Amino acid sequence: MVNDPNFRPWHDPNTKPLIDIQNVTKKFGDFTAINNLSLKIYPKEFFAILGPSGCGKTTLMRMLGGFDAPTKGSILLEGQDLTGTSPAQRPVNMMFQSYALFPHLSVGDNIAFGLKREKMPKADIKIRVQEMLELVQLTELEKRKPHQLSGGQRQRVALARALAKRPKLLLLDEPLGALDKKLREATQFELMGIQEQLGCTFVIVTHDQEEAMTVSSRIAVMNQGEIAQVAPPETIYEAPTSRYVADFIGDVNIIEGRVSTTKENAVFLEWHENEVPLSALSDQTPATGSTAWLSVRPEKIQIYKEPPQTNNAVAGKVLDIAYLGNVSTYHVELSNGQVIKAQETNAGRSANRGIDWDQSVWVGWSTDAGIVLSQ
Amino acid sequence: MKPSRLIISIPYLWLALLFLAPFFIVIKMSLSDLAVSIPPYTPQLDLSGGWEAITAYWAALDFENYTWLADDPLYINSFKSSLIIASVSTSITLAVAYPIAYALACSPQRWRALLVMLVILPFWTSFLIRVYAWIGILKTEGLLNQLLISVGVISDPLTILNTNTAVYIGIVYSYLPFMVLPIYATLEKMDWSLIEAAEDLGSSRLSAFWLVTFPLSLPGVIAGCFLVFIPAMGEFVIPDLLGGSDTLMIGKTLWVEFFSNRDWPVASAVAVVLLVLLIVPIVLFQRQQQKLSEAG
Repeated sequence: MVNDPNFRPWHDPNTKPLIDIQNVTKKFGDFTAINNLSLKIYPKEFFAILGPSGCGKTTLMRMLGGFDAPTKGSILLEGQDLTGTSPAQRPVNMMFQSYALFPHLSVGDNIAFGLKREKMPKADIKIRVQEMLELVQLTELEKRKPHQLSGGQRQRVALARALAKRPKLLLLDEPLGALDKKLREATQFELMGIQEQLGCTFVIVTHDQEEAMTVSSRIAVMNQGEIAQVAPPETIYEAPTSRYVADFIGDVNIIEGRVSTTKENAVFLEWHENEVPLSALSDQTPATGSTAWLSVRPEKIQIYKEPPQTNNAVAGKVLDIAYLGNVSTYHVELSNGQVIKAQETNAGRSANRGIDWDQSVWVGWSTDAGIVLSQ
Repeated sequence: MKPSRLIISIPYLWLALLFLAPFFIVIKMSLSDLAVSIPPYTPQLDLSGGWEAITAYWAALDFENYTWLADDPLYINSFKSSLIIASVSTSITLAVAYPIAYALACSPQRWRALLVMLVILPFWTSFLIRVYAWIGILKTEGLLNQLLISVGVISDPLTILNTNTAVYIGIVYSYLPFMVLPIYATLEKMDWSLIEAAEDLGSSRLSAFWLVTFPLSLPGVIAGCFLVFIPAMGEFVIPDLLGGSDTLMIGKTLWVEFFSNRDWPVASAVAVVLLVLLIVPIVLFQRQQQKLSEAG
């Protein structure tokens, strides 16, 4: 679903959302964890809630699971108000960050736990447990106890247990946080495969932007209890609506300036005296004379030894060069003292471009490489 | 000898000196016979008599006292009665202590140290004095009866003191902290997200408790039960002060045998049997636990 370019239920007014969060506010004493938040999540989505720690993303997830109740507002599941229903009564299951596997029960009994509670016949439980074990490729480990498993195996058991009851919505709280980088990447793709196979809706909470970008159909970037932007990963990355989102996802150069002229959807920004205004695209047309910010990703900036023929060309001095293997990042100081990052792909085996520390260089990028933000 | 061996040998030395040696003395005494002498048993080992004295001494030891224990129903009844009183009071203590430990583990972090201290606080007063205080509470014209009569629950005072009920109250009161603390220790370490996971998977609060919390607190429950059951089994002060003349407990029987009858050999035999009765099931139980955790 996630990879299908035609999967865009949020653009279709006829699609009924699975989850409809309506003006939800959550307060803990004086502290507002969630502030008047509204959000729709559609069936079969792999929805990521992304934000720094303390932004309210875990609180939002706990309210979906029924562990916390909203102070104001309501959450609807398939049009039914969930207010007052306990976690046990919701067709929602959660994969806990700590996995929360029952240490006194075997892998098989952990997976069967929820099925036994809903009084499923024993024979059916057996079949379902086998199914789930096959799904997460742990068939041989049914009799093991959680403490005899590796971190990755535990994570799979937690996933199998949460999926065993065939929930309409699966909540994943930082599901891969405890795994090492290689395993995490492999598991991300596996999660996507499982989600597609079961056709269940996943909501994942994470602070890892790469993880959110990889797995999700849409990302909600949260900031201090509010949603900064909800959009598919490529929109979040290429067309952020605020400096906060641009800065939170990936690396970015943000240049502050004053809007001088606008031409069609290109906006020209005066950023320093005696410098040619910079141009970038904008969805909105900001008022002339207002303060705005140009946001451009480092990989869209080229570095030159001679003045380039690009729309935006700025002279500077190399402060630092970071060789990362696949790419090299150049830190270039502009005339106003701001340092711009330019990232060049090391396509050949030699990363030597004849550019050295303290050398005067030019950085350049096209008008459609950057975006102008008014907030 | 390596220095590390030397250091390890010190606790073993203590164990040998303070536990094994007295234990063997008691065993030896239990194999002797009553005599009007000081100390009041025979034979006495006289090393000046040489090898012959030692063999004569060895020959004089027998299991007569143990057969005597088996023949006289007093001892068997004392053991049985102690077993019942210790089991019942351990169960009551568990029922009272578990909610306390649970509440402690759920209490806000900043209150916990204080609350735990309150549980331990009674230890600052002598055990004997605390048991004595219960006489004042439980006697016919005591605080409890006065309270119940003034509230109007009863019109005639209850007879609690000098009954088994008073013994139960005394044991539960005295050993409560020994049950609360180990249970609290296991509950305090518990990952509460397990309870949320159980609820998420469809358990009610109550079934989440029985399916998750209680099984996970079992090590604490077992430790607490041992800590209460073992001393309650040999308890002497509580049945002596709070119990009646018909309260039969092995600790009391042992005391009577030792001090009133001055029959040290029989008293020693009672002590040895008591020790064996307590140790054998515990060892077997721990073996079983170890096997379970290895197989686990």
